[in-house]
Amino acid sequence: MSWIGAHRYWLARRITQLCILTLFWMGAHLHLGILTGNLSASHVFRTVPLADPFAVLQILVTGQSLAGTILLGALIVAVFYAAVGGRSFCSWVCPVNPIADLAAYLKRRFQIRGQFRVAGSTRFWILGLTLPLSAILGVAAFEWVSPIAMIHRELIFGAGLGLLAAAAILILDAFVVRRGWCGSLCPLGAFYSLLGRRSLVRIGFEAERCDRCGDCVVVCPESQIIDYDRMTARGFIDSGQCTNCSRCLEVCPRDAYHFTLRSRRSAAQHLDGGDHHATRSAA
Amino acid sequence: MSRRDFLSGAFRGRNVALAATGALAWSHLVDESRGATLSPRPPGARDENDFLAACIKCGQCVEACPFDTLKLATVEDERATGVPYFVPRSTPCYMCEDTPCIGACPTDALIDGTAIDEARMGLAVLSDQETCLAFQGLRCEVCYRACPLMGKALRLEFRPQERTGKHAYFLPVVDSEACTGCGRCEHSCILEEAAIKVLPRELAKGQLGSHYRFGWKEKPEVSRDFTAPERAPDLPAWEHSMDRVLEAMDDLSGIEEP
Repeated sequence: MSWIGAHRYWLARRITQLCILTLFWMGAHLHLGILTGNLSASHVFRTVPLADPFAVLQILVTGQSLAGTILLGALIVAVFYAAVGGRSFCSWVCPVNPIADLAAYLKRRFQIRGQFRVAGSTRFWILGLTLPLSAILGVAAFEWVSPIAMIHRELIFGAGLGLLAAAAILILDAFVVRRGWCGSLCPLGAFYSLLGRRSLVRIGFEAERCDRCGDCVVVCPESQIIDYDRMTARGFIDSGQCTNCSRCLEVCPRDAYHFTLRSRRSAAQHLDGGDHHATRSAA
Repeated sequence: MSRRDFLSGAFRGRNVALAATGALAWSHLVDESRGATLSPRPPGARDENDFLAACIKCGQCVEACPFDTLKLATVEDERATGVPYFVPRSTPCYMCEDTPCIGACPTDALIDGTAIDEARMGLAVLSDQETCLAFQGLRCEVCYRACPLMGKALRLEFRPQERTGKHAYFLPVVDSEACTGCGRCEHSCILEEAAIKVLPRELAKGQLGSHYRFGWKEKPEVSRDFTAPERAPDLPAWEHSMDRVLEAMDDLSGIEEP
């Protein structure tokens, strides 16, 4: 397969990330109204509001009342990611993703060994701390220290020292902890994991095609979710931690992975809510 | 890891200690990024602490500002990171009637519907009389003329000039009730370093103790209701007191009875 074919989703993600960033930049500097604001809150064509639901939640627990615009924006984004998989944000939108992927690539390419291990559950701890801490400090606790927001703002509103946060994440991921930021620490990723637990869009898996070569495990940024037995039973990767980055689709030599929708699969194989729904609509 | 594993692990002592340490370090980082310098805020901003809490740092007010007045504080600024501010000396607020910045704010951290004259971005303070030309007896008045609320927010006060004996001082005086903190005065000040500066209101304003009553302000009320006591005491004060003490002792005698 051609290089482009073997990287079609990778390319699509990079293009998406770049386009979003460019549109925000043009909104700020050329007053082009396609996207104005940034990933914390924005408007599409100066009309449809979008907002980071996690940031809005943090502000709400500080006791501030917020305008309907921002609540609607957060709702739109939350519903979208609940449907397509929360962590699609991580691999398709977040500006930290290329940095984390670069670090992971360097680590593989030069066989850099990680010295420290941090439990993947740490990010859920940090997520759990964010809300009470916001209430105590009286400001959105993660938003005020978030390297994601920092890097993103610097890219849009003028490059300054905030870009050091990008270097810090690169060094952390490449030399200190494998997938350190996205895989262990980031509470926004953890938030989107929970939001997208029951998402509609899933990476489907055909066990009969798989010869367990393990190529997918090597490239997967959340390799703990590649659980052969569970995937075989479900027919798809059933974890909120999957970022839909689709690297597994690209590297699988036997095409065992494909995009699918949760309802169809679960209707065929499981007696859960989706099953009832499918039976009723069939009848 | 299952949810049960996560929750049962959550309350082991070591984890709790780690979380507490993390939370402390985290709080410190938040304090750091709050920064040390207070700055004028965009029009319609909530009170500083509420503003810092409600602002989502999206920069839409910055984009909406037609004069490029507003900036988002960066990490190297000694200001609250990511929050909009402006530096009046370089670019003041030109007080657009339609306040596009307020309209762009999605969270209402810039309170919707604030009329520009009601905005309180900061407060102009004549911070240095020793360099202000008006206080040297020169006719300058540039700040006064630059003020969009000339005569209201910034007035001229006339004082006799003793040095020449025949001229007047034209002293700029800020009225904090009317000043929006737009910074046109600071921007226009012709000195190398402005003698009039916009400061955050909480930094600039004093607060009078609530027990103060100024006689000359309350005089009309006092003189209307005040009447002198009808009977002037004919005994020295201490004798009055002695009478009262004796009366009181008469009353005490009743207590001793069974």
